Amino acid sequence: MDYVVITFLYLAILLYLLLGGADFGAGIIELFTSRKNRRVTHETLYQAIGPIWEANHMWLIIAIVILFVGFPRIYSVMSVSLHIPLLLLLLGIIARGTAFVFRHYDAVHDRMQGVYATIFVYSSLVTPLFIGILAGSALAGYVDPAAPDFLSAYVWSWLHWFGVAVGVFTVALCGYLASVYTIGEATTEADRQRFIRKTRLLTVVAFAAGALVFVAARYEGLPLLTWIFGNPVGITAIGLATISLGLLWYVLGQASRTWLPRVLAGFQVTMILLAVGYTHFPNFIRLRNGQHLSLFEQLAPAKTISALGWALLLGSLFILPALGYLYYSFQHVSRPQSAEAHGG
Amino acid sequence: MDDFLAARSQMALSLGFHIIFSCIGMVMPFFMAVAHYYWLRTRDVTYQNVTRAWSKGVAIFFATGAVSGTVLSFELGLLWPKFMEHAGPIFGMPFSLEGTAFFIEAIALGFFLYGWDRFNPWFHWFTGVVVGVSGLASGILVVAANAWMNSPAGFDYVNGQYLNIDPIAAMFNDAWLSQALHMTLAAFAATGFAVAGVHALMLRRGRNMDFHTRAFRIAAAFGAVAALLQPLSGDFSAKDVARRQPAKLAAMEAHFHTEKSASLVLGGLPNEDKQRVDYAIKIPGMLSFLAHGNFEQEVTGLDRIAPQNRPPVVVPHIAFQLMVGLGTLMMGIAAVYFFALWRKKQWLTSRWLLGLFVAATPAGFIAVEAGWTVTEVGRQPWIINGVMRTADAVTPMPGIAYSFYLFTAVYLSLSLVVVFLLYRQIRMVPELYDVPAGTPEAAHA
Ligand code: HDD
Ligand code: HEM
Ligand code: HEM
Repeated sequence: MDYVVITFLYLAILLYLLLGGADFGAGIIELFTSRKNRRVTHETLYQAIGPIWEANHMWLIIAIVILFVGFPRIYSVMSVSLHIPLLLLLLGIIARGTAFVFRHYDAVHDRMQGVYATIFVYSSLVTPLFIGILAGSALAGYVDPAAPDFLSAYVWSWLHWFGVAVGVFTVALCGYLASVYTIGEATTEADRQRFIRKTRLLTVVAFAAGALVFVAARYEGLPLLTWIFGNPVGITAIGLATISLGLLWYVLGQASRTWLPRVLAGFQVTMILLAVGYTHFPNFIRLRNGQHLSLFEQLAPAKTISALGWALLLGSLFILPALGYLYYSFQHVSRPQSAEAHGG
Repeated sequence: MDDFLAARSQMALSLGFHIIFSCIGMVMPFFMAVAHYYWLRTRDVTYQNVTRAWSKGVAIFFATGAVSGTVLSFELGLLWPKFMEHAGPIFGMPFSLEGTAFFIEAIALGFFLYGWDRFNPWFHWFTGVVVGVSGLASGILVVAANAWMNSPAGFDYVNGQYLNIDPIAAMFNDAWLSQALHMTLAAFAATGFAVAGVHALMLRRGRNMDFHTRAFRIAAAFGAVAALLQPLSGDFSAKDVARRQPAKLAAMEAHFHTEKSASLVLGGLPNEDKQRVDYAIKIPGMLSFLAHGNFEQEVTGLDRIAPQNRPPVVVPHIAFQLMVGLGTLMMGIAAVYFFALWRKKQWLTSRWLLGLFVAATPAGFIAVEAGWTVTEVGRQPWIINGVMRTADAVTPMPGIAYSFYLFTAVYLSLSLVVVFLLYRQIRMVPELYDVPAGTPEAAHA
């Protein structure tokens, strides 16, 4: 059961990044869309994420529950040393989730719409930034449960160039995912072309942000290159990601393909995570003293893990088909009767 | 404000905020399912309008409930890391099942809110029911986790070690049944009265009579049934508390001295220094009866509890009186309502009966907050009853007071916005729902 629980933990994190990430990306794209096109962009994105957004964010809750039930010490060390970025992340989640729904369910359309929209787009930017900072901090090795003073215990644990760079990279990836997802939702050819151009632009931005991560890692003295290219899995993963990126650019312009680009983009992000994560497995958090919090060592007692594993397996028996049907039912919702979807 | 107090206040604030939204999230889907059912059966458009109008309000509440719940799952660690480090693997079972329930709820909600005219109508109806059932399941599960804090089970505590962990036994601890039952009824009573109260107000103002009458009847029926059962389940809870947490019972009853044939203290202001209750009415023997089922039996007082293990008295006592008072009031209104349904149909449209419901709009939610205050403050100084102290569980991070101020500001503004949005929804009812449904205006909201 140990492996079941660990697999679900990684799966939940990955799906949160892919699905929740695209959801954040929707707000990011809106922020970087010219005023003229903002309305269309926002409507298209809303059609795409409205029915599924709540489900997308459930992966975060699943990941957290797995952590505190299955790996309680990891959860508690994180909660203490990374208290501040977690808090900021939560504020982002509150602001974004409520602004998103308020904007669409306010019975009166007036100036408040502008307020909701502003909160929505900025919190869409801030939330993944902190997710990235947290991820970077798990690797950077500044987390120190024995730190003597406030700053090194609660601030330098997460505020470092590597964390910030991973944060920026995460934001870029979310924007990139969202832009790929939306191409298939465009209602007119002009919009489609616009979204395709956006995707190309965001690919470049994501690349630049990725390069920034390497620069920051070098600056902080982290052997990121060895982590990624020091083993065959990392090299293969990066190779596959590059090939699929080429493929993606090639099929991007083909109107008939709505799913292939999405799958390819998701695949790339998965490969990037695999490449970075593989050398560290099963270590989850690097500590300042050079030790690690390893998933295997921090596992909860066997009976708990087996109960948790069964709960996850049985749960996914219900969840996965229902989720699949949800996605299936609401693809291209923007095409027929777009007025009706608003009425919901 | 010191950090420990700030952490407790922040937890109380977040939970007190979340519970309102979660009650609505658990119960409203059932109201909608009934209205929706009548619409599908009778094709009376007003029922469809009621369902749609409610579903928009519910979407707002759901979003707020979901984010505040997400906050809670982090906050448990942010504020009480030592508690979670030990408790997580023991009381985690309900949380892991709850994950599934939430997920199903979120999926079903997507189908329900966005599925109008897109699916087979009965499938669409069914997704609404699924939202309610899974919401209810998650409520019961999370209360089972809380019940474990009151009545720890499923492990052996030996020399500070938590051994022989059995998460299933922990889930079915001694307190879960009484708490889950009482909480479920509370959610129905509170939401039913709140929704009925709002529609009663509109009826008294003579607005959209058809619409509000139908909405009122559904909400009032659910609320009234639950309000009648609530005191029974409360009695069951009290007997349970007397058995497993005598200190809490003593605190909520302001029962300072152990005695046989103990009297029930109504109202009054407990004086913890002098160990007595001022200005109270006492009913001899009644506490023994309520706690143990006979008028003679001894009821443990706070004097039997070591001073360092005594909970505060003033807050639980007043909160308990408030809950019971409101519960009795709601039960009374429910009885009048059923009598009217049975014998006096003309009362149903009378201003005074509607007025009663208007007055009782917030009663259920105040009782819910009061009840949780009893349960949680009455458990102090323990976070895990008899095993771990709250003070030992709190985060070492200084400066929690600032995060408490921040959360207070955030939750305050969110509450204001939700109230504002709800007001707008209700104000728009005439414009949105006076046109026959099915026309573009009706659908486009
Ligand atoms: C609509 C709300 C509502 C109403 C009308 C009542 N209660 Fe209640 N009560 C709750 C809502 C609530 C609650 C918020 O749901 C609590 C908090 C924890 C729990 O399990 O339920 C609670 C807790 C609670 C407890 C503590 C349980 C524990 O700590 O395990 C007792 C003894 C009672 N109640 C007793 C009563 C009695 C005798 C009532 C008589 C009218 C009553 N309640 C009405
Ligand atoms: C939603 C309804 C609930 C409300 C309104 C509520 C209310 C409160 C209050 C007022 C306190 C502060 C008590 C004090 O320190 O004096 C508190 C503490 C706490 N509650 Fe609850 N509670 C609720 C449900 C739960 C549930 C379901 C759980 C866990 C599964 C929980 C876990 C805690 C914890 C960990 C603390 C902090 C430790 C402590 O003060 O004992 N609560 N809650
Ligand atoms: C007695 C107390 C509680 C009850 C009855 C309750 C019930 C519910 C219900 C019915 C929902 C569904 C969403 C909604 O209606 O808005 C919900 C949401 C949520 N609750 Fe609570 N809850 C309680 C306390 C807690 C606690 C202590 C936690 C965290 C440890 C928590 C975590 C969550 C989460 C993560 C969600 C969001 C799920 C989603 O996105 O649908 N809840 N709660």
